[in-house]
Amino acid sequence: MRAVTWHGKHDVRVDTVPDPKIVNPHDIVIKTTATAICGSDLHLYDGVIPTMVSGDILGHEFMGEVVEVGPEVTNLKVGDRVVNPFTIACGQCLHCKSSFFSACENSNPADKAPMMEALYGYAGSGLFGYSHMMGGYAGGQAEYVRIPFGNVGPIKIPDGLDDEQVLFLSDIFPTAYQAAENCNIQKGDTIAIWGLGPVGQLCVKSCFLLGAERVIAIDHRTKRLEMAKASGAEVISFEAVRVNEALTEMTGGLGPDHCIDCVGLESHGWSVDNVLDFVKTTLKVSFDRPHVLREAIVACKPGGVLSIPGVYGGFLDKVPFGAAFGKGLTMKMGQTNMHKYLAPLLEKIQRGDIDPGFIISHRLSLEDAPGAYKQFHDDQDEWTKVVLRPGAASGAVQ
Amino acid sequence: MISSDTVPDDARKHKADRDSSDAMAVRAVTIGKPREEVFAFFRDFANLARFMENIERIDVQDDQHSHWVVKAPAGQSVEWDSTLTEEEPGRLLSWETEPDAEVQNHGRVEFKDAPGGRGCEIHATIVYDAPAGALGKLIATLFQKEPGQQAKRDLRRLKMLLETGEIATTEYEAGAAPRYKKSDASDEAKAAETRL
Repeated sequence: MRAVTWHGKHDVRVDTVPDPKIVNPHDIVIKTTATAICGSDLHLYDGVIPTMVSGDILGHEFMGEVVEVGPEVTNLKVGDRVVNPFTIACGQCLHCKSSFFSACENSNPADKAPMMEALYGYAGSGLFGYSHMMGGYAGGQAEYVRIPFGNVGPIKIPDGLDDEQVLFLSDIFPTAYQAAENCNIQKGDTIAIWGLGPVGQLCVKSCFLLGAERVIAIDHRTKRLEMAKASGAEVISFEAVRVNEALTEMTGGLGPDHCIDCVGLESHGWSVDNVLDFVKTTLKVSFDRPHVLREAIVACKPGGVLSIPGVYGGFLDKVPFGAAFGKGLTMKMGQTNMHKYLAPLLEKIQRGDIDPGFIISHRLSLEDAPGAYKQFHDDQDEWTKVVLRPGAASGAVQ
Repeated sequence: MISSDTVPDDARKHKADRDSSDAMAVRAVTIGKPREEVFAFFRDFANLARFMENIERIDVQDDQHSHWVVKAPAGQSVEWDSTLTEEEPGRLLSWETEPDAEVQNHGRVEFKDAPGGRGCEIHATIVYDAPAGALGKLIATLFQKEPGQQAKRDLRRLKMLLETGEIATTEYEAGAAPRYKKSDASDEAKAAETRL
């Protein structure tokens, strides 16, 4: 089959590789119909994620048609159309049973898990196409994908919905929705959102779905601000104004009720090397750069929630923890508990409450992946979201 | 925190692990299944080969004796006989290799009810003694490199098998990628553990 493979920093190729097959009794194999490039794939592209091996298949946002099922799979059959969550969960362990799927204890293979365990004190669930520390599972930017725990993860998509309407159930819509839900939004609440990438955009929508009175969205890229505005948010360009002053003024001196950091560390620090460098050199360090976190803590109304879907990986420097303490802020964060959100969010899409497909800027062939990664990396204002389709006509991108 | 002489340390077994010069592993895992069920699975020693990475086969000879066939480098294998030395049904198992075994080892596995109905806690202590013979030395090196990591992996695999009916793996992932070497993974984990 054809698959998008990683070969090092800024070196993504499309290779012909062996087809995946059923390995464990709960596995399924799907034929991919659509897959997207995620902002977090750019961390891989930039080469800052450790434990990648040349030839690893990328991609964790994907959907397709079931072509093979393992003997223990009862929920799905060949021919079903499914969207797959990017985290792998067994559904049986203590964490899964309490809907804390992102900490599934049984999906990160025992020979891979110790890497993360040694650093973080837990192993984390397996992820598709996201390094060997996260399990080493082949990703979904490929013609076929093996999916473990077929009874638990992939959700069947009913007829009448386009791929583009449901594809983002695979990661960013649940991620954005969980971030909004974590704010426990009440009538009259104003929510401030930093970072208007795809998650930020869907977060604006999610906050309104959950009853927010106002959403104030912060970024500096024109198209992204326009897109948030079209979703009903008021916007602030951090290049044009002082964010905290603007937020205070816009909220009658109170500050936003809750704040959402959709930025995270960006490409700094989600790296074991950085973490270890810190230990080694103690003061001359590569820290995560928690600029948004600092700003959000200072901006947030006392008693508010600071919700963090943006990824952090290492150590934080100069976080105004005194302000967070004084205000009695609640911090909610973590990898998305995908499996909890698939069914309810699919229902919202079916009802027409939301169509997450609005964030797509480019539709290309799987064969166009190398150029698409480059463009997505270099021009984030134009390239908000790329969808790749195996078998589609290629050549649309350099 | 420094533990004082007068307050007994509840993690003393782990401390012994750290202090000991033997290749000794003390590891624990919680499995979301009833204690009796976990014990019964474990007590059928032939099952151990299903989740212990380096075990090729275990032949149960009688209620007390089993014959172990263990993978060795370069396609070889090493074998030994093991005797059950202590058993409290549902609670405890201890074993010891025969005196002439090439790789001497003994161990003890305790089964406890986890709090709040969360299933069964397994506490395993495994000690690999000084090896005899060239092959024994080789095998012991394999085990002794990091017996703690090995025990932890094996317990994790046992948990996977009992909770989900399968053991998560990406060993067979199709793809152009060369397999990520286990030694890479454990070296990284070990390095991180040391530095932190």
